[in-house]
Amino acid sequence: MAKLLLIAEHDGTALNPSTAKCVTCAAAIDGVQIDVAVFAASAGAVAAEAARLESVARVLTVENPANEHPLAAVLAPQVVALADGYDYVFGPSTTFGKDLLPRVAGLLGVNQISDIMSVEGSHTFKRPVYAGNAIVTVTAPGGHPVVASVRTASWQAAGAGNSAPVESVEVTAEIPSHTRYVGVATGTSDRPDLQTATKVVSGGRALASSENFDIIFALADKLGAGVGASRAAVDAGYVPNEMQVGQTGKIIAPDLYVAIGISGAIQHLTGIKDAGTIVAINKDEEAPIFEVADIGLVADLFKAVPELTAALD
Amino acid sequence: MEKILVGLKRAVDYNVRVRVKGDGSGVETDGVKMSINPFDEIALEEALRIRDRGDASEVIVLSIGPAEAQQQLRTGLAMGADRAFLVETADAIDPLRRARVFLELIRREEVDLVIVGKQAIDDDNSQTGQMLAAIWGRPQATFASKVEIQGGTATVTREVDAGLETIEIDLPAVITTDLRLNEPRYVKLPDIMKAKKKPLEQIPLADLGIEAAAVIEETRYEPPAQRQKGVMVDDVAALVAALKDKGLV
Ligand SMILES: Cc1cc2nc3c(=O)[nH]c(=O)nc-3n(C[C@H](O)[C@H](O)[C@H](O)COP(=O)(O)OP(=O)(O)OC[C@H]3O[C@@H](n4cnc5c(N)ncnc54)[C@H](O)[C@@H]3O)c2cc1C
Ligand SMILES: Nc1ncnc2c1ncn2[C@@H]1O[C@H](COP(=O)(O)O)[C@@H](O)[C@H]1O
Repeated sequence: MAKLLLIAEHDGTALNPSTAKCVTCAAAIDGVQIDVAVFAASAGAVAAEAARLESVARVLTVENPANEHPLAAVLAPQVVALADGYDYVFGPSTTFGKDLLPRVAGLLGVNQISDIMSVEGSHTFKRPVYAGNAIVTVTAPGGHPVVASVRTASWQAAGAGNSAPVESVEVTAEIPSHTRYVGVATGTSDRPDLQTATKVVSGGRALASSENFDIIFALADKLGAGVGASRAAVDAGYVPNEMQVGQTGKIIAPDLYVAIGISGAIQHLTGIKDAGTIVAINKDEEAPIFEVADIGLVADLFKAVPELTAALD
Repeated sequence: MEKILVGLKRAVDYNVRVRVKGDGSGVETDGVKMSINPFDEIALEEALRIRDRGDASEVIVLSIGPAEAQQQLRTGLAMGADRAFLVETADAIDPLRRARVFLELIRREEVDLVIVGKQAIDDDNSQTGQMLAAIWGRPQATFASKVEIQGGTATVTREVDAGLETIEIDLPAVITTDLRLNEPRYVKLPDIMKAKKKPLEQIPLADLGIEAAAVIEETRYEPPAQRQKGVMVDDVAALVAALKDKGLV
């Protein structure tokens, strides 16, 4: 039986939802045994969560104080040590996975597949290129481990009805000291997480200030939605970088996406191709966003959005 | 620090609406505008700023690609790079082999810092910098939005999904750039003239003796599933009705 090692993403206390999506992708490969690896300072809670994911055979925990923060240079040699005997090493195509997996591939001396969106065979996958304007079918060479990142927006989360065994393992790897974690600044918010929210409201350059973004937040709160933004809105400093949606931001697949004052540049559209329903509010009827919107409204957002928020009472 | 090496990939311009060829063998590139990959302009801008602050003495640009990539290297020289290398190959080569080319140049030139883009906007791989750091056995700071050099270390702020992460790395190292690291300068005409005199060395890929890696084969290109244009509504009330209809509110 082929064996697949899936590197869990987590923040030390909870499993990131991207991992459950990777499990579904991994399970699409015929007859593969899926082991989830949790690298952490203390893996207990995260491992317990991973063990519940359906299709997972085992959860392997590698505990080390050095693993408190996900530094690719620290994790990669440990992943390589643990991956001995595995046919596949997978992880999410989040900033965590994008940072780590090519380093793992480099150490293993193999090429890597980025952003798997479908599984076509044991070594054959589809992935997007050119900001999603083309889809390419790729085949990894046999006789080498397949290292790949999974485009999480293409996959549903695996169910949580399992109780896979959790095993603590030791790996022998040299952990470098040349890379040191300093800290992370995270905007705290009670709103649904952008990457997993079923509804997302995004604002663009047209908002013109961070104060004006309040009307986006007000609508989002009414809908119970997460909040995103275009690159222009982030570049202008209206909202922080973690809210950017698109080719170089987050790729998301909510049931409802509301684009407000966003023109619909290809780089932005790449991030929302898999959304269920796209709603666009823009004052320019020629805006490209209307070519992909399921429901379009030509209007001044400063009038239409507060009206919409009020109408949803 | 002495030398900074920057990767400049020749890629389809970001404004081009890319189309898949009818036979599925790739995308249309005939007559399509080619530019420096946008993230690589940012990489070069950062290298130039580090040099001009006095934290490095030389900026070298490298492109691996066809003879035409000289255009992008000349643009890089016009922006202010000191020297350029074109490692010439008519065929696209895989990221691991590219990383090995970078490593070969690092060894020849004794490079202290490599800055590349976080991703090439054609293949959207986001791999080369990390693979290079791996095979070089050096630190990587990916998706950088701020870089500070203090002697032998760099403090780098990274754009991660959770927000902004800061790490400290010892040099030599690899940094990959995110969009908000800086705004690249425009090149001025006199600089373009000056750049013609700067050294640009062409090396056939075969001459480097780089070990080939097992490649991931691309078998077929296809256009993505198209979303259908939906309905336009006249006012907010109609929008609310349409959302209710779909059970979304
Ligand atoms: C390498 C690269 C990567 C990129 N990655 C991303 C990415 O990940 N995500 C991303 O979003 N972009 C990305 N971009 C940028 C992208 O090309 C666009 O520049 C950006 O998406 C534009 O943002 P916007 O739609 O908010 O602004 P604009 O294009 O300026 O659009 C503003 C819109 O608001 C409308 N408007 C103005 N006033 C009002 C009003 N009062 N009421 C209603 N509508 C109004 C206008 O009609 C216009 O359509 C990238 C670009 C490059 C080169
Ligand atoms: N052929 C190339 N020539 C020069 N630099 C490259 C080349 N390919 C990739 N790079 C560098 O590596 C970065 C990441 O590319 P990729 O891993 O393909 O997404 C790019 O932004 C470039 O800086």
